[in-house]
Amino acid sequence: MRPEWREFNGGVWEREVNVRDFIQKNYTPYDGDDSFLVGPTQATKDLWNQVLELSKKEREAGGVLDMDTKVISTITSHGPGYLDKDKETIVGFQTDKPFKRSLQPYGGIRMAEKACSDNGYTVDPEIKEFFTVHRKTHNAGVFDAYTPEMRACRSNHIITGLPDAYGRGRIIGDYRRVALYGVDRLIEDKEEQKATTRTIMYSDVIREREELSEQIRALGELKKLGQIYGYDISKPATNVKEAIQWTYFGYLAAVKEQNGAAMSLGRTSTFIDIYAQRDLAEGTFTEEEIQEFVDHFIMKLRLVKFARTPEYNELFSGDPTWVTESIGGVGIDGRHMVTKMSFRYLHTLENLGTAPEPNLTVLWSTRLPENFKRFCAKTSIQSSSIQYENDDLMRVTHGDDYAIACCVSSMRVGKEMQFFGARANLAKCLLYAINGGVDEVSKKQVGPKYRPITSEYLDYDEVMSAYKDMMQWLARVYVNTLNIIHYMHDKYCYERLQMSLHDKKVTRWFATGIAGLSVVADSLSAIKYAKVKTIRDENGIVVDYEVEGDFPKYGNNDDRVDQIASDLVHTFMNYVKGNHTYRGGIPTTSILTITSNVVYGKNTGATPDGRKAGEAFAPGANPMHRRDTHGAVASLASVAKLPFKDAQDGISNTFSIVPGALGKEDQIFSGDLEVDLELNLTEDQKN
Amino acid sequence: MTGHIHSIESFGTVDGPGVRMVVFTKGCPMRCLYCHNPDTWDMAGGTDMTAEEILAQYESSRPFYKGGGITVTGGEPLMQIEFVTELFEKARARDIHTCLDTSGITFLPDNPVYLEKLDRLLASTCLVMLDIKQIQPEKHKTLTGHSNQRILAFASYLNEKGVPMWIRHVVVPTITDNEKDLYELGWFIGGLKMVKALDVLPYHDMGKVKYQQLGMDYPLKDISPMSKDGALEAKKSILRGIRDRRASLSSPSCS
Repeated sequence: MRPEWREFNGGVWEREVNVRDFIQKNYTPYDGDDSFLVGPTQATKDLWNQVLELSKKEREAGGVLDMDTKVISTITSHGPGYLDKDKETIVGFQTDKPFKRSLQPYGGIRMAEKACSDNGYTVDPEIKEFFTVHRKTHNAGVFDAYTPEMRACRSNHIITGLPDAYGRGRIIGDYRRVALYGVDRLIEDKEEQKATTRTIMYSDVIREREELSEQIRALGELKKLGQIYGYDISKPATNVKEAIQWTYFGYLAAVKEQNGAAMSLGRTSTFIDIYAQRDLAEGTFTEEEIQEFVDHFIMKLRLVKFARTPEYNELFSGDPTWVTESIGGVGIDGRHMVTKMSFRYLHTLENLGTAPEPNLTVLWSTRLPENFKRFCAKTSIQSSSIQYENDDLMRVTHGDDYAIACCVSSMRVGKEMQFFGARANLAKCLLYAINGGVDEVSKKQVGPKYRPITSEYLDYDEVMSAYKDMMQWLARVYVNTLNIIHYMHDKYCYERLQMSLHDKKVTRWFATGIAGLSVVADSLSAIKYAKVKTIRDENGIVVDYEVEGDFPKYGNNDDRVDQIASDLVHTFMNYVKGNHTYRGGIPTTSILTITSNVVYGKNTGATPDGRKAGEAFAPGANPMHRRDTHGAVASLASVAKLPFKDAQDGISNTFSIVPGALGKEDQIFSGDLEVDLELNLTEDQKN
Repeated sequence: MTGHIHSIESFGTVDGPGVRMVVFTKGCPMRCLYCHNPDTWDMAGGTDMTAEEILAQYESSRPFYKGGGITVTGGEPLMQIEFVTELFEKARARDIHTCLDTSGITFLPDNPVYLEKLDRLLASTCLVMLDIKQIQPEKHKTLTGHSNQRILAFASYLNEKGVPMWIRHVVVPTITDNEKDLYELGWFIGGLKMVKALDVLPYHDMGKVKYQQLGMDYPLKDISPMSKDGALEAKKSILRGIRDRRASLSSPSCS
């Protein structure tokens, strides 16, 4: 065994690139509580204060402190950058200093330019010329291929948020491979893959060979990135500090090259813990030192920044990077995968204070250890910063080494990737069905000229029949638009580094998404169970609706409408599946607009559920605001009925609750009167 | 049989242990000045539901209620004692934890027919949450329109029957925050072995809106909400009463 792997249990992972096998053979489940955790070191506090100071300056400067306008970001484009070199145990920034945003024009030069100009910077004219005249971008490629119909759908917002002018993201490189194997071994592996491609040069074989060459080149640059910071990462990491650093270099190389909509980290904590356990046993590092490495690592992840436009930030309600890290879960052999490192990662929320990034996501199972559940609950109460996802549901299809990209997209790390597909506005699609393809806002003929509905009162069967036709049309335009986008992204903005940390044979999820689910469910319910009167403009276009009578509303655990919502997801998914998908992508869909529901609502006219034009949609799969009147469980039960098999890319429900509504405050309520009395007695005696 | 139901809250976290489905029944003989559900007083209105319908709703969300159960409150659930009995018996058959939140005002200690019915209900009741609003009979009458005699008798009856109880007391400034009264309340509770918990709530005026909607005068409009600290103080007084009573019971008597 290699010296770096001393004391590890061997296995298949030694002979092939197989991180999961390494984890399963070596990790130590932890059932204890949080009492072993330690606070931040002085260096951590100093560094974090420095970050807070810089964040303040950044806010004062209007959101951006510094930007590159001349240097195009590549893996090796910048010299080393530090907060305070002597204090940082984990190093590396996207540019040569913290808070400086890099220039990434491959997704689209106009977006890169605008991101600069909106923040008061100007891209070097030579660079602009280069990416306009000499080197095509992803964005330019997409618009060369779009049909007029696609453009119309895009500008009328029936298909929205498409990654056609920015990086698609949602791909998670298996950054752990860098630590476990070192870059040289990974290059060797890729060389072998290249040597064993098919030999008749069909276009897919040519593409594969070109991509493998790009991947090998990226890995070579990754090694150089290590050297820039004084590390030789050609060999495996020898201890926990190196394991974190090597993993981070992998991730850093990715965010230096890709400004993706979501640049998630993967599932690293239990992997890293194996190194920490060995170091603790060998006495290499103390708990304080290990927590410090973790704190510094998380600090770096919090400082990942991209150059973005105000419109982008409006769509996503902020400036998210979606550095999602998946923690916990249960293995397929029945052992839970919580380790001490799971605690240490979450503990950064206390050591560094709360933060939305990295998006620490607990893969929740009923079978997680009780102590960990308690710790999660406690940390959630203190920080409101933990995301939870259902491991019991996802493990069935994804096994025990998947991770979440962005907020809910699950994929096996290094084995599966996703083509991110934004979403289709199903509420607007319903209005198109009623208006025969005419957009209710722009009044343009966007969809096909199907026969509009002309009656004063809407008839359920008639509307459903028209709606299904319109959904089928929408699914076709939508999937084909995405086919163009992903073709061009692969061609002009290929994620070579991230893909170099994947297996040769990669499963590609072809993601689509739905916006406005609860609006449509309630609209159809209103048409079915109440009377909906149409209000038309001078040209007969329905611009508003009057609902007479009451109707069942999604979010009250009422099957009459919940079934409509479930059927919608199933029906739309079937239409999506009926289309050809680029590169053999497997279609999935998501119902997860966490923030962009506001913008989608703004661009959508009045709907038959009584929602007024421009009013926000509910986020994700949420019931419409104030329509769930039977309490939280009924609301959640409605959402839980949506078929996961049809929406494997995720279903999200945004749930806010005032603390008081979650139960009694300890002070007021004494659960056990005996204990309480004794406590009071001792208190009195002290007095 | 159907129950006359005001509404069902699917996510109750303050009416018994765990997350619970809370069933509000219609009708209440009490007219507590601070009642925050005046819309449940009248027996008229509401929805008729069978026990099966309610349990079907529970079952459809059962995983959420792990560690919780069903609480029936109101209104005054005991005005529909036969229905609550049927609901609880069917719930127990499905191993659902049952909690009855009652004022105890309908208790008829001298009526054997009533007691028979009550005993049957208690046999399938896991927990009773009992409001003792005022220990002083006269003050209780001013506050609720009824004497507290039956309520205290009911508490003692539950104690004899071995039914676990949580006692609730709402602290209203100037009405139920007198220290002596609180101590005496504690003294009374101290005599009840089956009391498992004490819940002392600060009075709030969030019910005001409902009175407005119902076109009713809000009787406590001149009284401000109780502070959390005030409720804590009140709780201490009650606990003192409980402790002294328990001490007196356990000390050997002179013979």
